[in-house]
Amino acid sequence: MAAAAAAGPSPGSRPGDSPEGPEGEAPERRRKAHGMLKLYYGLSEGEAAGRPAGPDPLDPTDLNGAHFDPEVYLDKLRRECPLAQLMDSETDMVRQIRALDSDMQTLVYENYNKFISATDTIRKMKNDFRKMEDEMDRLATNMAVITDFSARISATLQDRHERITKLAGVHALLRKLQFLFELPSRLTKCVELGAYGQAVRYQGRAQAVLQQYQHLPSFRAIQDDCQVITARLAQQLRQRFREGGSGAPEQAECVELLLALGEPAEELCEEFLAHARGRLEEELRSLEAELGPSPPAPDVLEFTDHGGSGFVGGLCQVAAAYQELFAAQGPAGAERLAAFARELGSRYFALVERRLAQEQGGGDNSLLVRALDRFHRRLRAPGALLAAAGLAEAATEIVERVARERLGHHLQGLRAAFLGCLTDVRQALAAPRVAGKEGPGLAELLANVASSILSHIKASLAAVHLFTAKEVSFSNKPYFRGEFCSQGVREGLIVGFIRSMCQTAQSFCDSPGEKGGATPPALLLLLSRLCLDYETATISYILTLTDEQFLVQDQFPVTPVSTLCAEARETARRLLTHYVKVQGLVISQMLRKSVETRDWLSTLEPRNVRAVMKRVVEDTTAIDVQVGLLYEEGVRKAQSSDSSKRTFSVYSSSRQQGRYAPSYTPSAPMDTNLLSNIQKLFSERIDVFSPVEFNKVSVLTGIIKISLKTLLECVRLRTFGRFGLQQVQVDCHFLQLYLWRFVADEELVHLLLDEVVASAALRCPDPVPMEPSVVEVICERG
Amino acid sequence: MWPHRGISLQAPILPEKEGEIHIIDFDDENNIINKNVLLHQAGEIWHISASPADRGVLATCYNRTSDSKVLTCAAVWRMPKELESGSHESPDDSSSTAQTLELLCHLDNTAHSNMACVVWEPMGDGKKIISLADNHILLWDLQESSSQAVLASSASLGGKGQLKFTSGRWSPHHNCTQVATANDTTLRGWDTRSMSQIYCIENAHGQLVRDLDFNPNKQYYLASCGDDCKVKFWDTRNVTEPVKTLEEHSHWVWNVRYNHSHDQLVLTGSSDSRVILSNMVSISSEPFGHLVDDDDISDQEDHRSEEKSKEPLQDNVIATYEEHEDSVYAVDWSSADPWLFASLSYDGRLVINRVPRALKYHILL
Repeated sequence: MAAAAAAGPSPGSRPGDSPEGPEGEAPERRRKAHGMLKLYYGLSEGEAAGRPAGPDPLDPTDLNGAHFDPEVYLDKLRRECPLAQLMDSETDMVRQIRALDSDMQTLVYENYNKFISATDTIRKMKNDFRKMEDEMDRLATNMAVITDFSARISATLQDRHERITKLAGVHALLRKLQFLFELPSRLTKCVELGAYGQAVRYQGRAQAVLQQYQHLPSFRAIQDDCQVITARLAQQLRQRFREGGSGAPEQAECVELLLALGEPAEELCEEFLAHARGRLEEELRSLEAELGPSPPAPDVLEFTDHGGSGFVGGLCQVAAAYQELFAAQGPAGAERLAAFARELGSRYFALVERRLAQEQGGGDNSLLVRALDRFHRRLRAPGALLAAAGLAEAATEIVERVARERLGHHLQGLRAAFLGCLTDVRQALAAPRVAGKEGPGLAELLANVASSILSHIKASLAAVHLFTAKEVSFSNKPYFRGEFCSQGVREGLIVGFIRSMCQTAQSFCDSPGEKGGATPPALLLLLSRLCLDYETATISYILTLTDEQFLVQDQFPVTPVSTLCAEARETARRLLTHYVKVQGLVISQMLRKSVETRDWLSTLEPRNVRAVMKRVVEDTTAIDVQVGLLYEEGVRKAQSSDSSKRTFSVYSSSRQQGRYAPSYTPSAPMDTNLLSNIQKLFSERIDVFSPVEFNKVSVLTGIIKISLKTLLECVRLRTFGRFGLQQVQVDCHFLQLYLWRFVADEELVHLLLDEVVASAALRCPDPVPMEPSVVEVICERG
Repeated sequence: MWPHRGISLQAPILPEKEGEIHIIDFDDENNIINKNVLLHQAGEIWHISASPADRGVLATCYNRTSDSKVLTCAAVWRMPKELESGSHESPDDSSSTAQTLELLCHLDNTAHSNMACVVWEPMGDGKKIISLADNHILLWDLQESSSQAVLASSASLGGKGQLKFTSGRWSPHHNCTQVATANDTTLRGWDTRSMSQIYCIENAHGQLVRDLDFNPNKQYYLASCGDDCKVKFWDTRNVTEPVKTLEEHSHWVWNVRYNHSHDQLVLTGSSDSRVILSNMVSISSEPFGHLVDDDDISDQEDHRSEEKSKEPLQDNVIATYEEHEDSVYAVDWSSADPWLFASLSYDGRLVINRVPRALKYHILL
């Protein structure tokens, strides 16, 4: 039982699993293989077997274990199991042993047949091999016989073969000789037929041989003949070459043949170039004819096309042929070609420039750019072919120059557009006066001007942008990538235009009145607002637009937006200040005339406000409306609740009485000075022509200040009678009633008007002021 | 003694039929101001000029009001002897003794009223005087020690528009044969021998021309000022463009005066109540004279706080004087001390100032 257990496979395994192999090794190997598999699957041996975990693999009581010890097992059974179980296990064991025995028998029976058939097969193979050996021996003998025969045949044929070879050699030589003898006639025939290529080939073939055997008289004769014919051939070729009627490729062929005939290359080279020159000059002449003043010039695109296909194409062919033919000439030849190309190229460029110059005035940029593109593209081929001639560089230069001129042209255009806008505005400003209506509002005009200028700028940018378009061949040149964008477009065109706009606007300030004051004030106001708008928004918008479109690189210093804005603001400020001056002057002149032309001594008692004062108020109101159209209101100082009701302090205050009291005692002037100085102490100095801010109130304040100061100065130069003084009083009160609402600080108006009345009082030998109530009544009535 | 009565335009304007002339002595060493009052009984004075030959003689234009009409007349006067001598024994009692001018002769005739201006021949013997009346320019010969004035010759402006002379100056160059006048916006030059116009600067200023002055050292050079707030310098040989324009004032410029000896110093007074002293080096007769020294930082004793003392290498404003509270109507240099000048404003304040010392040393050294 112990032996069966040791030899038999484990109870779960079927005996058929391992039929071959020594019985003792099988379980060992199987276990090993199983173990490796289990290891691979990460299972412990016990788990895989489905047994309770943790049995000792070395357990000697395990029936299937490697260390099974029958003694220990029996001992254990005997000790641990009751009798019934012992009996059970005994029967179980017996049954298993029986099953194993029968299994082994079956195995032996099954495999017996196989052994027998294998033995039969081996026996049959042995017989077959013996037969094959005999046949191989026979084959070897036959082969030996064949070799022998073959050797014998070769030996017999050897002699004849040598003879045949010699004969063949003689035949070839004779053929050659025949060719030589026939050569003169062949050459003649070829020349007659015009197959120059063939002739030259023959000649080339025979040349060396004839050279070698020229000591033999017969060959000598042939050679002489050949030379004569060749000379004739060369003559004819030259003839054909000179005639030059045929195109460049044929000429090139001629030259090639001539070269093969050993004509001097130097001379040929000259001649070749001279011919090429003739042809190219023909092209240039036809181009020039197109330029000519009389025929309607074809458009520039057509022109450059002609030039490109005719001249540049020809030049390319010549250059290619030359380089191919005269490659052996080395640097001297290349230099000659370069000089040739340079000279003709410069003439071509001159023509192109003349044509482009005609185009400068024209408006169609896209056509021009396309023409330039064509031109530039065309010249790239010869440029690559003839780097030394510098054609591509020259072409780029021309394109750059044209681009620059184009920029200048656009700048001019923009300026002209701006001036045109101004003219339109002037007309619009002048026209509605007749219609009696205010016409199109200033705001509308401003919007028109701004949008029209902006659209012009955009159009110019778009036109100029064509130069840098991707598909244009020269757009990747460094000039167009860098300088053109930053210096040309941004600085030259846009900044230049904005500057010139500011200058134009400022020039309106610089001709104050001297040239007849032709500038309408409304235009000044409008320009000022335009510049201010530019400062706040438009400049940065335009520059951003430009920068975006042209991707300006920062290698060149560019004018920053802030500088331009400052300039625009300065211009706006100057314009507005000038506007104030002009308008102030208009009102001043009115006031001055009114003061200077009146006889103040003999005037009558005032009944009315003088018409001129009403006019002043009317004009001021008109200006207020005008400015209000374009500028914001601005800030005022806080006002008293009802300023118009204010009475003249000069008259109500007893302190002031001394000012115009009769006082020619020497002490009186002291008082006057003192009083006036005390009054001055409490008032600020008034800057009459001070710079204004960008709002309506400031503008109006400026104008009113200028007017009132003029009134003051004029009053001081006159002498007033009693009623004259009273008239001034009335006028001033009237002004005060209506002007305070326009200014930032009504105190200013009061102060100046008080000053006027006080001055008038001082200039009056008989100062009897009018009752304030009467003044008010007159003013309210007027 | 100073001043040579150069200033007193509307000085104390009295609304009566008489004016006063204040002779003011300024003692430089002691900084004492002394005032003498002369009554000018003919009427209020609008223009005054002193004879170059006789210190005691002066000419005035004055207003005479009669029958509710204002007439502007001109006359030649003589000052009392004691004032003329320049002695001032009684410094403080000037107010008590108002003396009277002695009338030498009238410069009017009935044909020409409204005298705007009287000008003496600058270098002569005090015999020739020009007066401007409306649109006439009148050359008078004073005879028998100025007791009689004879109209020697005259010229008049023809044409339309406002043809009223506002101001005139007699050129010290060319043997005193040239006079320049201003009317409206136009400057004109006259030859006193033929009384014909020699040049004309149309539209010299945008508005009325108020005053003009000749460069005392550089012939052909002329300064003018006007209501357009500008001071312009002209070369009378080329009248199309001004040589230089200053625009410092903020209101009408009433007066412009060259310094008598250092013509780069130009003084202007304006109704913005400022007096501005400018340094016009580039067009002066000594343009390259003085290099800047860095070490003359000025001692401040003489300097007003408002003064902006600068290195006078190029044209600039030396100082702006803002002592006046009202319009300044007259400025003039001292004829005795080239570094002293006075200005007079509407409120009757007379301010005497000195050229900043640093600048003075610049010019002198």
